[in-house]
Amino acid sequence: MTRAFRRHSILPGFGLAMGFTVFYLSLIVLIPLGAAFLKTFTMGWAHFWDTVTGARALASYRLSIGASLIAASINSVLGLLAAWVLVRYEFPGKRIIDALVDLPFALPTAVAGITLTAMFAANGWVGSWLEPLGIKVAFTWLGVVVALTFIGLPFVVRTVQPVLQELDPEIEEAAATLGANRWQSLKRVVFPELMPALLTGFALAFARAVGEYGSVIFISGNMPMKTEITPLLIVTKLAQYDYAGATALAVATLTMSFVLLFFINLLQWWSRTRYA
Amino acid sequence: MSEPRWVRAILIGLALLFLGIFLLVPLIVVFTEAFKKGAEVYLESIREPDAVAAIRLTLIAAGIAVPLNLVFGVAAAWAIAKFQFPGKSFLITLIDLPFSVSPVISGLVYILLFGLQGWLGPWLAEHEIKIIFAVPGIVLATIFVTFPFVARELIPLMQAQGSEEEEAARTLGAGGWQTFWRVTLPNIKWGLLYGVILCNARAMGEFGAVSVVSGHIRGATNTIPLHAEILYNEYNSAAAFAMASLLTILTLVTIALKALIDWKSQVEVREVGEIRERALAEA
Repeated sequence: MTRAFRRHSILPGFGLAMGFTVFYLSLIVLIPLGAAFLKTFTMGWAHFWDTVTGARALASYRLSIGASLIAASINSVLGLLAAWVLVRYEFPGKRIIDALVDLPFALPTAVAGITLTAMFAANGWVGSWLEPLGIKVAFTWLGVVVALTFIGLPFVVRTVQPVLQELDPEIEEAAATLGANRWQSLKRVVFPELMPALLTGFALAFARAVGEYGSVIFISGNMPMKTEITPLLIVTKLAQYDYAGATALAVATLTMSFVLLFFINLLQWWSRTRYA
Repeated sequence: MSEPRWVRAILIGLALLFLGIFLLVPLIVVFTEAFKKGAEVYLESIREPDAVAAIRLTLIAAGIAVPLNLVFGVAAAWAIAKFQFPGKSFLITLIDLPFSVSPVISGLVYILLFGLQGWLGPWLAEHEIKIIFAVPGIVLATIFVTFPFVARELIPLMQAQGSEEEEAARTLGAGGWQTFWRVTLPNIKWGLLYGVILCNARAMGEFGAVSVVSGHIRGATNTIPLHAEILYNEYNSAAAFAMASLLTILTLVTIALKALIDWKSQVEVREVGEIRERALAEA
């Protein structure tokens, strides 16, 4: 049966490796996730629909998705700038800053949460600059955007950097000899090359932002209908023992995540066929 | 050829402003807040019994999750990279699932499975086995969220390396395990190390998933991030940041190790290239 399933190879261990892989995968990931979906079916359609389309849920989607889109967009623009500067220019401290780009990815979300809150509160390092200008960040939806921007920062930079590094300087030189000025050659030659990576980075940052919990709940203030993100709503329902409601929201979020994952894979396939 | 000098200066300035605010300032803030009340208070808050319990639980959870996910990652990468079979990308997508699921939902699925109202709830209650709101639940949630890290590192790496070297070893008479230990493992060692470091960093720092299954019982079911949250909500900011500083030090070590691995593997690639060139020149 194994031999019919896979092409013959002289390497041993397929059965063992594959068997363990599927077993562990099912045990840890598939069965628990399946249980979540199945639980929804025992709940009854009416309750599911009410929860998923209730006013509080809708407000939380607006916040989670809206803030994630804005944060991912900010990351795309500023992340592109950061990647450009890190790859193309030299300046003191560049290697340290380059290594630090991974900080938001490796830093525990709770640490990010309390630190960003301390920074952007009215008396914080950054907050004290913005307060006189009338810009309140902590405990508003702006704080949510800031936290999600932090979280998504590495995704765009790290996706664009390798592409920038691989770019052949010959293309830009050719454009220059053909009469393009710097801005033209950037816009029409370099930027299209970066587009797939930029899109992928945007999608990754967005997907991560939508499900983010720890970094956001400290700075957001968590007011229902105003600054409550969807994951927090799920936790609140759990605390009230409304398992059915929590699961309904989880299924709605999971569906969004699966669609996103599919879209990311499609994006990557498209950019591979276009630019490979 | 490049942009004019003043354009470069402005771009660098803007980039540094952005990166400075989001990367450097948080680091500074963690440590200034942690030491706000002085070094005495800092050390006290780390030595406090509930804090020590939190540290211990974090180490236990990571100590179980990382080795298990390591073995899984190697097994999955071996099966996917060295063999041909249908459904490979589907398998890879499944492995990536925990990565794309919100941490809160990761915790929720375990409650649905093992909680009182869950599938196995009544059976577990009968046999007095506590999983949710106890240590086993925390370990399971940690395993779930760090599940893909090692596999994600190894699969593309081993796919890029192909199976020629292993096949050559086999034709020369090496056994299965021999081939793995002496041919495959040295080739993947940097990717493996990197995957393990990332897996560990996430395992120790996980918040959302563990928060959901935890029960938040002080001294018993709190990890370092959860304990930091409790302290923060009690307005005990210095102690909360003291806990946070421990995790931040871990993060900095993680980042430093990553930079080291990047550098070492580049050195190796260069060395192998030089050896090849010399061999070709002498041929």
